[in-house]
Amino acid sequence: MVRTLLVRGLLAGLLAGIVAGGFAFVFGEPHLDAAIALEEGAAAPAAAHVHDHEHGDEGALGRPVQKAGLFLATGLYGVAVGGVFALVFAGLRGRVGPRSDGGLALAAAGTAFGATILVPFVKYPANPPAVGDPATIDQRTLLYVVMILVGLAATAVAVATGRRVTAGPWARWGMAAAAFLVPVVAAWVLLPGTDEVPEGFPATLLWEFRVASLGTQLVFWTAFGVLFGLLSDRAARRSAVAAVAG
Amino acid sequence: MSDLTTPSSVSSIPFPRLRPWLAVVPLLLIVGYLVLMDNGALSQAGPFLHELMHDGRHLLGVPCH
Repeated sequence: MVRTLLVRGLLAGLLAGIVAGGFAFVFGEPHLDAAIALEEGAAAPAAAHVHDHEHGDEGALGRPVQKAGLFLATGLYGVAVGGVFALVFAGLRGRVGPRSDGGLALAAAGTAFGATILVPFVKYPANPPAVGDPATIDQRTLLYVVMILVGLAATAVAVATGRRVTAGPWARWGMAAAAFLVPVVAAWVLLPGTDEVPEGFPATLLWEFRVASLGTQLVFWTAFGVLFGLLSDRAARRSAVAAVAG
Repeated sequence: MSDLTTPSSVSSIPFPRLRPWLAVVPLLLIVGYLVLMDNGALSQAGPFLHELMHDGRHLLGVPCH
């Protein structure tokens, strides 16, 4: 059973990753190209100085390879995320949340999007090339991971809290929401912010890139939840038919 | 018949049966790290993975550079 779920997660993740890659290619790449053009324009006068310690975004591989790499990245991301999701799903199944595989798949995928994407995005939104100081990348990556862990921990605390409250649905959902929001908002307020948008970078481009990035993740998690649920329902129906026939 | 009308009502998987599979998690996290964050420290490939995964990192919302 666990093996079936794991394979299902890896497969749904790969497919959802490729779908999200397609969305990113159509709606994200134009903004990425625009940001790289700005970056190169800004770097051109000082290129002789800068080139030594800062690799350009056009990179050694070239833009066409990087655009193909987009699908490799989103596909492999889907495989990794889908596998972890499947094992968490295997633990939750029959214990927490909806008592059908399809319902649990959608609920868990939606929750995962909220906890691991929306929570960090509010504090550390996606940045196009030319935004962000390469010198602080390690610190920003660490803070980003911390924000994901806060989102996941807050979700676990919220679920545990909700299950303990027996005073009716309003009290249960209210307490669960509070248990989620208190640590998340505290992290939003207390963790150091980053302000590394260069002077004169177009606000519209920054906004549109961020929307495209969030859209990519929304497409991924929607596609993943639907695919995982669909495959689960089909498997359940087939085994039910087999049980009746046998 | 009830199986057909509620095809996906589920039972929980005992934790002892789940535990061996947790060994897969570090592998999956390493794949995730290599795709999203590696700049040569783990892959020992210099900026190669950064360059190859570049557009994906930006559009998946991970800090890239």
